[in-house]
Amino acid sequence: MTDTPAIPARPRPFRPATTEPALVKWSLIGLCLAVLTVLLFAPLYAVFDEALRRGWAFALASLSEPDAQSAIRLTLLVAAITVPLNAAFGIAAAWAITKFDWRGKAWVITFIDLPFSISPVVAGLLFILMFGANSALGMWLVANGLPVVFAVPGIVLATMFITFPFVARELIPVMLEQGRAEEEAALTLGASGWRTFLTVTLPNIRWALLYGVLLCNARAMGEFGAVAVVSGKIRGQTTTMPLMIEMFYNEYLSVAAFTMAGVLALLALVTLTLKSALEWRYADQLAATHRH
Amino acid sequence: MIHAVAVASHGLAQGPLVTRLPDGRLVVAAGGRRVTGRPLTARQTTGWKAAAGALIALASAFTAPGVSAQTLLNVSYDPTRELYRDYNAWFADWWEAQGNPRPTLQTSHGGSGAQARAVIDGLGAHVVTLALASDIDAIASRTDLIPEDWQSLLPHNASPYTSTIVLLVREGNPRDIQDWNDLIREDVAVITPNPKTSGGARWNYLAAWAYAERNGLDPREFVADIYRNVPVLDTAARGSTTTFAQRGIGDVLLAWENEAYLALKELGEDQFDIIVPSVSVLAEPPVALVEGNLGDDATRALATAYLEQLYSPEAQAMALRHFYRAWDTSAADPEDVARFPELERLTIEDFGGWAVVQPEHFGDGGIFDQIYVGQ
Amino acid sequence: MAARTFSVRAPTPMPGWGLSFGIMLTMLSVVVLIPMAVLLWRGFVGFGAAGMWEVVNRPRVWNALELSFRAALIASLFNLVFGVLLAWVLVRYRFPGKRIVDAAVDLPFALPTAVAGIALTAIYAPNGMFGSALMQSFGLRVAYTEIGIWIALIFVGLPFVVRTVQPVIEEIDRETEEASATLGASRLRTLTHVILPMLAPAALTGFALALARSVGEYGSVIFIAGNLPNVTEIAPLLIVIRLEEFDYDGAVAIAIAMLVISFALLLAINLIQIWSRRRMGAA
Repeated sequence: MTDTPAIPARPRPFRPATTEPALVKWSLIGLCLAVLTVLLFAPLYAVFDEALRRGWAFALASLSEPDAQSAIRLTLLVAAITVPLNAAFGIAAAWAITKFDWRGKAWVITFIDLPFSISPVVAGLLFILMFGANSALGMWLVANGLPVVFAVPGIVLATMFITFPFVARELIPVMLEQGRAEEEAALTLGASGWRTFLTVTLPNIRWALLYGVLLCNARAMGEFGAVAVVSGKIRGQTTTMPLMIEMFYNEYLSVAAFTMAGVLALLALVTLTLKSALEWRYADQLAATHRH
Repeated sequence: MIHAVAVASHGLAQGPLVTRLPDGRLVVAAGGRRVTGRPLTARQTTGWKAAAGALIALASAFTAPGVSAQTLLNVSYDPTRELYRDYNAWFADWWEAQGNPRPTLQTSHGGSGAQARAVIDGLGAHVVTLALASDIDAIASRTDLIPEDWQSLLPHNASPYTSTIVLLVREGNPRDIQDWNDLIREDVAVITPNPKTSGGARWNYLAAWAYAERNGLDPREFVADIYRNVPVLDTAARGSTTTFAQRGIGDVLLAWENEAYLALKELGEDQFDIIVPSVSVLAEPPVALVEGNLGDDATRALATAYLEQLYSPEAQAMALRHFYRAWDTSAADPEDVARFPELERLTIEDFGGWAVVQPEHFGDGGIFDQIYVGQ
Repeated sequence: MAARTFSVRAPTPMPGWGLSFGIMLTMLSVVVLIPMAVLLWRGFVGFGAAGMWEVVNRPRVWNALELSFRAALIASLFNLVFGVLLAWVLVRYRFPGKRIVDAAVDLPFALPTAVAGIALTAIYAPNGMFGSALMQSFGLRVAYTEIGIWIALIFVGLPFVVRTVQPVIEEIDRETEEASATLGASRLRTLTHVILPMLAPAALTGFALALARSVGEYGSVIFIAGNLPNVTEIAPLLIVIRLEEFDYDGAVAIAIAMLVISFALLLAINLIQIWSRRRMGAA
């Protein structure tokens, strides 16, 4: 790599010009932690508290049920299909939007955002209207052995819809911030388009890309409303983890329900901690690219 | 190793190899059943054909049934899971004992109305076991899947088990709630789900209506007075139970009898009392064959037997055990039978039938909506 | 490629226009535009604009729409301010437990909304951990009031601003701040005049996304809202009620009404952003 090694720190003034006074810093940290406790950690605590009400063994036993296992498998499968597709879309869209000037950009960006503003209930309804028994397309697909709604393809489509904007929306601000100068320089020096993308753009956007993918993944695994409409909720077949949680809850199996919710939270925490570790591992490299 | 085979009747199947037959055909285990077919040849499994084959196999491995005579999908509503889990296990044994191969019994649970909508939109149910006759009526009137006279095809209005609406109060009944007229008192807060989104809540509403009619009160005003005492209108029965039992809101919960007993069992018998009102409703959760989705005679035989056996003494005993009132008590535990007190229960016919009640009371702009317009 | 003939595009040596634009347009069409077109077709052609207006133009529907958009706006404004602050704290400061906090920010996405709703209600109900404290000290009811809706919407929208602003802060060149300080600007002035303008586009994006998301939120809100018609009944609940009546047309009508309003809001925000970028670029 062409990264320059970190420049040794110059002798610094008492407080560097790029930080805030300690008092300000710690009150900001305290404020953030307080708000997060009230809004985020407390509900999370409530979930785990409920899950472990009858002990670890009971909680874990509820996960070994075949229905629960198949729900976990299905959720992982759906995420594995959805996330790469949306990542590919996000990169393409961010490239087209930030590296070129064309009219109608605001419209296209708004269309990309649109899935967020659509109630998950309506998102599910969209695919029912398109592929349900009352549509010609749906009938034709069922006749040809490829049912979409009340089957895995419908769940994948609904999940893709819900998580569609994540990667694109993560990349666009970063790529706007970075401008086009580096790519233009690489092209002027004779690099091919792909090489420019792989060696100049990708290293610059990798953290944003990682954020986007992780968010997309978390949301894909946690989506309930839209998937509930298109899944058919067949136990062991089209039931994802969030649907299984609702079923458990409705059947007064709250330990099982909250244990599975805890598993979703832990899955997210594991991937996110992985990201943190990666970031930490490459912290020097990151700092170097920032400073040079 | 997973093998894909081509089966004459329904395309492709895929699963672990069970055995190789002398004629070159393979038997694979696909989704709990054994399928015999020709293995896909090397040429078939190359290139895009392999991709398409895998896609179809994957899709059919996950999708709604309809592929096999021995698979049955029961689309049901929320609190029946325990009941049908027991019943499915029993019925699979029974069906096998009749000399049939063991069937794969699948169930789907959700809100009754949403489940009916899923069947209308193409969910491949073979039988529906829902909370309200009006939900099955909706399938019958909007599709060709179920004949209009479905409710006369099985005994007891096609309802193998019934329930009623009771009042759940806090331990010791601190507000001294004895009957429906206590619910309009100003010092009483009532918890019930929204009848627009919950099937069970429609029965709550109708039971209160029946009480007012019986006692010479203006039912419209009486019901409106009750809803004025409702601080939280959850969307489903389970949500209301949580609001009442775990959040400590309200003095009385209007609930299905089977749900009230279930809540008692799961959330603590020492916290709540069940009050049986002077008059209530005969809630009939009905069942029906989804004729249009049966496909072949084998599936029809299986689905028909599945519903008929719900009336067998063994299944009836099971329903009683799960807090439903069933008809045949011959095989039941006497304790399960003795649990239910006698009370006067009006049927939906006493209100004019769902076809009248649904639009008049719960339709858009119906009497229930008017309660909230008048405020 | 054919797309090269697009006259709407300014000339540039940058490669990959055809490929990136092609992938973007294809996937956007399949996943978003065609399904949306089906919805609009069903509404305007299948049901008719007059019929839709009749469904939407009622006090109860307007009350629900107003509540949904008001609560979403309040929650997103909170998330805008708090999100920028949290992103700054997470990127610039070191403190114990930072990694856990950073990871936990995304949990609102991973947790199914119904679980979030149940958990939040448990905490903010009058007998809950915070609910009882708020009730006793301030006489404030949170669960089953509009404040409960705000809490739920803040929760579901929390990650958006943080996660859009965070990468931008990470990319900020410290030399800019040093230059500003060297030129005599106070730290506060550097933050408000140098840093904040750099964060503004990302923050606005995050705000728009949080707003859009919270307007349509259903799963968590119905548990904490109380759902009393005209008081705490949100617009998505009306859609569900219509579906329960097997009234697809009514559901589609309310969905389209929500869609039009959110689309207008999003478009306005995106136009402001592009306009401000152009103005700043020209300056």
